[in-house]
Amino acid sequence: MVRELTVISGKGGCGKTTLTASFSALARNHVTADADVDAADMHILLDPKVLRTERFHGLNIAKMNDELCINCGKCYENCRYGAFDPDNTLHPEKCEGCAVCELVCPVGAIDMVEREAGEAYVSETRFGPLIHAKLHAGEEASGKLVALVRERARQVAEDQGKDLIIIDGPPGTGCTVISSMTGVDLVLVVIEPSLSGIHDSKRILDVAKHFRIPSVVCINKYDINKENTHSIMEFCRNEGIEVVGKLPYDETATKAMMGGKTVVEFSEGELSQSIKEIWRRVEKELI
Amino acid sequence: MKIAVASGKGGTGKTTVAVNLALSIKGSTLIDCDVEGPNCHLFVRGPMKKVKDVSIPAPKFDLDKCTYCGKCADFCQYNAISVIGRKLLFFKELCHGCGGCRIICPAEAVEEIEHHIGVIEMNEGERPLFHGMLDIGEPFGVPIIRELKGLSDDDGITIFDSPPGTACPAVETMRDVDLCILVTEPTPFGLHDLKLTVDVVREIGVPFGVVVNRDGIGDDRVDTYCREEGIPLLAKIPNDMEIAKAYSMGVPIVVALPHYMELFREIYEKARGMI
Repeated sequence: MVRELTVISGKGGCGKTTLTASFSALARNHVTADADVDAADMHILLDPKVLRTERFHGLNIAKMNDELCINCGKCYENCRYGAFDPDNTLHPEKCEGCAVCELVCPVGAIDMVEREAGEAYVSETRFGPLIHAKLHAGEEASGKLVALVRERARQVAEDQGKDLIIIDGPPGTGCTVISSMTGVDLVLVVIEPSLSGIHDSKRILDVAKHFRIPSVVCINKYDINKENTHSIMEFCRNEGIEVVGKLPYDETATKAMMGGKTVVEFSEGELSQSIKEIWRRVEKELI
Repeated sequence: MKIAVASGKGGTGKTTVAVNLALSIKGSTLIDCDVEGPNCHLFVRGPMKKVKDVSIPAPKFDLDKCTYCGKCADFCQYNAISVIGRKLLFFKELCHGCGGCRIICPAEAVEEIEHHIGVIEMNEGERPLFHGMLDIGEPFGVPIIRELKGLSDDDGITIFDSPPGTACPAVETMRDVDLCILVTEPTPFGLHDLKLTVDVVREIGVPFGVVVNRDGIGDDRVDTYCREEGIPLLAKIPNDMEIAKAYSMGVPIVVALPHYMELFREIYEKARGMI
């Protein structure tokens, strides 16, 4: 059975990718997947060699044939996304691909056409396979692209006999986040001890609970505000959520990133040791 | 005037810039469009009060009338409906509320009901603050962002705090504003995600400038990039531990460290000059 772990935080910039990249360096026999498809950064640290590129078609998009249009206004009346002006001018960037306009147009002036919304890549890195993607500028359907990344990751894992998929999740609580965590075996929530970090991580823990996914917590930059760190520990104790470790604020993380390396490759210092300890505990949770 | 504060990468300091900018501009309104993780309210005093609920239409199926013809399932572009034999399954979380199933149903078995997806709240503090909060487990925040943007002060100055990323929630926030301020940090992640955001803003066709946050932690590749691309650099906020501490406690920079007020006024003046 292939196990799946998603690293997530609610708030961005809490150290998800830094930590996940180190996990990728520490894990054995795994596939790494970058589910932050609209701002993917994992490849910067893992330096992948792309083996296979796949076009991603999002939802179809409405295309108007002005010659056939009789200006009846049905498309404008029925579109719920504001993609049509009252004079039937189409704004494709607002189209969500529902195809209602095509359905209601009495003269067949609207067609739903395919559009390329991004690319997905199967790559090889010094830490094994990496599945990643790039959503084109401003595209919709990013949740679907995340689903594609996860599907490819599972295929690669099965083909190559890997037993773990490590997923770097996106920020927020919406469609990409839900898509990156549904059905996984464990979610690791990275919390930064700021009021924002706490606020957003509670929301993401609620999302995990909503979808009945087991979660554990790791506190990053715990020494920035020890009082807040204490209240996170207490919150987790009350909620019965395991805290798998605390990481100090350490410029090593940025220095490693500047050098295109993961923390555990770059240094043997305190941060690196703490990450290794966290990984041991996460691995145990996954068995 | 409408200014959106955005960034591809999360945690670069969007909220910091938006909140402190609003506090530095008299008579401004702050609207937090990060409905998946709103944070601006953590920096203002007083509670947020609910202004309204946000719902989207969702289908309700009358199974007495349903003939299980499957037309709705075939039509739904989001795969939210599945008809197998004499069984109809509806996956609420996939539904975008387009209303197509109601239109296509030959048996008139579909009516639409309101499906709650979140709330809009406000705080009448020193500056009016509005934010939206997407319900837990709901995937699509864009309808809330649309409503929030309708609350902007057309005669005054409105600052929007954008969600991270370059997908639909960020695009919805940045669309139709007068200027985007892109916040980044001087690291490889920051630069990479800045480039992605620049692509989006250029596509939307809004003027934009860059603010570098935590200046000093990385290198000068962001500066070089901005110079080469002819992108105005509006300001650099230093990597100051005092800022990080104030942030962690929910205290705006200009309150904890008033000497930074000048820096945010300068961002505003430069931004105004670009419109």
